Amino acid sequence: MGRYIVRRLLWTVLVVVLVTLLTFVIFFVLPKGDPATRFAGKSPTPELIQEVKESLGLDKSVPEQYGLFLKRLVTGDEYGWPGLGKSFQNKQPVRPELIQRAQVTITLIIGGALLWLAIGIPVGVISALRRGSVLDRVSMGTALFFVSAPVFWLGLLSLYVFWKQLGWLPGTGYVSFGASPGTWFSHMLLPWMVLALLFAAIYARVVRGNMIDVMTEDYIRTARAKGLSERRVVMKHELRTGITPVITLLAIDLGVLVGGTIVTETVFNLQGLGNWLLIAAQNNDLPVTLAVTVLVAAAVSILSLVADILYAVLDPRVRYQ
Amino acid sequence: MSEVLLEVRDLVVHFPTPDGVVKAVDGVSFTIERGRTLGVVGESGSGKSITFLTVMGLINRKSARVSGEVLFEGRNLLEATTEELRHIRGDRIGMIFQDPMTSMHPMYRVGDQISEAILAHRNVGKREAGARAVEALRQVGIPAPEQRARQYPHEYSGGMRQRAMIAMALVLDPDLLIADEPTTALDVTVQAQILEVIDELKQRLNIGVALISHSLATVADVSQDVMVMYAGRPVERGTRGEVFDAPLHPYTLGLLSSVPRVDVRVERLVPIEGSPPSLINVPPGCAFHPRCPYRFDPCDRDVPDLRDRGGGHDDACHLSAEAKAANRRERLDMQEPVT
Repeated sequence: MGRYIVRRLLWTVLVVVLVTLLTFVIFFVLPKGDPATRFAGKSPTPELIQEVKESLGLDKSVPEQYGLFLKRLVTGDEYGWPGLGKSFQNKQPVRPELIQRAQVTITLIIGGALLWLAIGIPVGVISALRRGSVLDRVSMGTALFFVSAPVFWLGLLSLYVFWKQLGWLPGTGYVSFGASPGTWFSHMLLPWMVLALLFAAIYARVVRGNMIDVMTEDYIRTARAKGLSERRVVMKHELRTGITPVITLLAIDLGVLVGGTIVTETVFNLQGLGNWLLIAAQNNDLPVTLAVTVLVAAAVSILSLVADILYAVLDPRVRYQ
Repeated sequence: MSEVLLEVRDLVVHFPTPDGVVKAVDGVSFTIERGRTLGVVGESGSGKSITFLTVMGLINRKSARVSGEVLFEGRNLLEATTEELRHIRGDRIGMIFQDPMTSMHPMYRVGDQISEAILAHRNVGKREAGARAVEALRQVGIPAPEQRARQYPHEYSGGMRQRAMIAMALVLDPDLLIADEPTTALDVTVQAQILEVIDELKQRLNIGVALISHSLATVADVSQDVMVMYAGRPVERGTRGEVFDAPLHPYTLGLLSSVPRVDVRVERLVPIEGSPPSLINVPPGCAFHPRCPYRFDPCDRDVPDLRDRGGGHDDACHLSAEAKAANRRERLDMQEPVT
């Protein structure tokens, strides 16, 4: 197990290197205009462009730039480790802002995930147990609605209703937990709900499907033949195999969402990673793009490692060597 | 004297579906006595499994129409409450299934799955239940049961897993064991071992056994009584000697002459023509008549009931006892003993 984890962590490093390399190649092979020209201001002189190039490090060859980027990443720079340089856009160091924004996004994702698990799993289980009932049909209909509903629409609608019309919640933006836990919570509630409803709907459907498959397994019949109570058959025998696959699903979703809550962040004016990545990509801001990319790649591969380890713990048939 | 453990009277299990009523079990009666094994033989869809799942209360009663009586130790299980049935399952009646690979929960240790049955019915501690689970594994011939109890089902071979299933079914000293095709999914060499384990435990614990199989050969060695089923009904019923030495029903004859045998020279195997009927459109009269080489006038009109028709034991065929004896000679005597 220990060797397996080490090997997977080395894989993670390789994945990060490959993903950043790919980002570099895409950046330089498919340029949306020369970044130096872009950042040199209106009608720049060739001298000015050259000067900007040098200050951004764009005067060096691409392999050289990539080498420098990796070196900074590994050894750190004047703003700490890992070294991520300065933004082309505002010349500010990337690292502190990355940390700042990561907090916002991670708050959003974790709160959302807790909520969607708390909704999705019970709804899926109960729908499976009462398959074909009114409850099942209403739940699955509602789930289909939230799977189909665009997040921006749901977000704007919820803001309109709960903020504008009812005035129950204070508008948008992020308030740090340290500043005021109550305000923090009330500001995050709608984003959590909107993010969670989509995923709760997906999870409810997945859990329901798994449970229905598990119910027809031979070992469930065996459990009944042993004379176990119906409650124990469901809670111990069906749930165990019905819910375990959710772990893999959750790990992948959490990893992808690290850079993928763009719409939710935009609608609720949360200055998170997704938002930042979007702006950086639009503005050819290579250091910011790379920083978010590194974080997302690392998050996805480490979370999938965690999922695989958890799976091996929960399912004895899975063992890694 | 003989003690009747289970008496099933005129059991009918019909499943209404949009395509019609599936007559899975259509009038089945038999008894199982303490210390004896009833071999129940029939093709897939003959109703043998559904009969015993109904006895156990493991069919969905909401989707089935059930009538008749299932008397277990004097009580009609068809009228028992869910909770009463739960107390009988696992405790008074144990059941094992066809595929030991899928019949145990893949994520729990074998010992824990056995203890769970004990804890469901007895007021004992976990440690005590665990010790009894280990003892049960030892009883069915699993070597190093202490270690084996801590393993998961996937660490067992097929035969060992079926032994563990037997241990699970018998750990609470039930009166009756229902074995639903317990050897079908196993290697031939292992099949004999499992049958031997069942037979040995039956004698030692003095329980009754229902051994369900699609093969007469499987039940031949370890059953005292035999019932042959076709399309939801029993067509022949008697002691092992009666049914094997003097089979009466053409279907039983067909089963016997379509199986290769080692002890006699067989010129050729005679398959039973056709295939089992749909249980939605069971042929009128004797359900076997479309496949029967001896059918005559009443077969497609009158349903033959199961009774002693002069052949020495019960069968459900309109032919005269003399005709049956003649058919038997023609079909089975062409198999000459190997000299």
